[in-house]
Amino acid sequence: MKIKKNVATSENGFIFNPATGDSFTSNSIGSEIIEAMKRGESEQEIKSAIMEKYEVSAEQLNRDWEDWILQLKEANLLEA
Amino acid sequence: MSSATGTSMTIAVTGLNANDNPGPGVAVARALKEAFGTSIKIIGLAYEALEPGIYMKSIIDCTYQVPYAADGSAALLKRLLEINEQERLNLIIPNFDAELLNFIKIGPELRLAGIETFLPDAENLAQRDKLNLNNFGALNGFDIPESRQVRDINDLWAAAEALNYPLVIKGRFYEADIVYTFDAAQKAFYRLSSKWGLPVIAQEFINGNEINVAGLGDGKGNLISAIPMRKLYITDKGKAWAGVTIEDADLVVLAERFATATKWKGGFELEIIKSKESRFYIIEINPRFPAWVYLTAVAGQNQPAALVKMSMGEYVAPLTEYAAGKMFVRYSWDGIVDIADFQQFSAFGKI
Repeated sequence: MKIKKNVATSENGFIFNPATGDSFTSNSIGSEIIEAMKRGESEQEIKSAIMEKYEVSAEQLNRDWEDWILQLKEANLLEA
Repeated sequence: MSSATGTSMTIAVTGLNANDNPGPGVAVARALKEAFGTSIKIIGLAYEALEPGIYMKSIIDCTYQVPYAADGSAALLKRLLEINEQERLNLIIPNFDAELLNFIKIGPELRLAGIETFLPDAENLAQRDKLNLNNFGALNGFDIPESRQVRDINDLWAAAEALNYPLVIKGRFYEADIVYTFDAAQKAFYRLSSKWGLPVIAQEFINGNEINVAGLGDGKGNLISAIPMRKLYITDKGKAWAGVTIEDADLVVLAERFATATKWKGGFELEIIKSKESRFYIIEINPRFPAWVYLTAVAGQNQPAALVKMSMGEYVAPLTEYAAGKMFVRYSWDGIVDIADFQQFSAFGKI
C-alpha cells in the first residue's frame, strides 16, 4: 500500500496530485499519515505511532484505516 | 540572447481579444516582456477597436489595425508592409487559427522585407484541421474520437445514429456544444453553421478529464517544449478559466510524437481527454499557442521566448524541466480607456 512518490502535502492538510491536477484537503492526522507513507513506513509502524500519540482503540483505528485507504484509492493517490 | 535580440527588437502579435473567449496575443506579449524586458517592443495587430489588448499599454506598446482574414493575403501583406515602414518589424507571431493560412502564404514576401515568421507550412496546417483530424490520427497512430462532417440535417441524423448521445457538435473554426437529443443537435447545428459556416463537425463524446498541452516544435521534428495543463474551471464556451500544470511524462511523449510526425514549426496546443481507462484522446489540435501560454513561462519553459530565439536563428535545446502545480486563475478587469484613444484607433487604425 504505497502512496505515489510525487504527491505533495502541506502541514495544513492540503494534498496535491501533480499527475492529475487533483487537490484534496485532509485533517492534520491525515497529513501526518501521508508524510509517514511517503517516508516508506509500514502500516503497522504508522498505526503504532498513532496509538502512541492519540487516544484511540486498535479496533477504531483499524476501521478508520480501512476507510482512509479506500479514500486514497478513490483519489488515485496510491501506486498501482 | 543573440545580438539580434540583445539589442532592440520589434515583434508584432495578433490575438489581442483578451475577453471571455480569449486570443493568445496578450499572453504571448506578456511572456515576451517577461523574458526580454525593455529590449523588445511589442506591436499589436488588431482587427477591431474593442480588442482589450490594444489598451493594455504596459504589455502592448503600440497597435495597428489590420484587415480581416477574409480580405485575403494581398490586403494583409500591403498593410503589414505599411506598418513595417513605421516600425521595422523583426518578427510576427500570429495567434488566430483563421488568419494563419494568409500569414503562411505571405511568409516569403515578409522575409524579403526583413520580417520573420515561425509557422508550420500549409500542408501541416491542413493535416490537423478539424475536418482532417481522424485521417491524421489514423495515419500517425493517435487516438481521435470518431467524427463526421455535417452539411445538412440528413448528415446530422446519420452522425447521431452512428455516434450516439451525448454528441459533440463543433463549429468549423470555434465553439462546441454537447447535446443529448436530436432536437438539441439540430439547434447546435443551425447556430454553429450560421456563425462559422459549413461543415459542422459531429464528434463522439469521450468522458474524462480535459487536459491541454501547450507545445513548441522547431520545424525539424524536435519538440522544444511541452507543458501539460489540467483544466480546473471551464466556461460555458468550453474555455479554461483556471488550470494547473501537471506532471505526466506520457503527455510529453504524446506531444513529442506529434512534433516528430509533423515536423511542426511553431507553437501548438493539443486538446486532450484522458479517459477513465487512462487513454489520451486528441479532440483538437490548435496550430498556435493557447491563450494560457503565459503559464508555460511561469512553469519554467517560456515558449514564446523560445520561439523568438529560434526565429532569429538561435539554437534552442529542448526544454525538459518544468514545475507541476503552477496555476492560473483568469479574472475580469475593467480597463479604463479615454474615449480619445478609442477614437484614435477607430479613425486612424493606430494607437
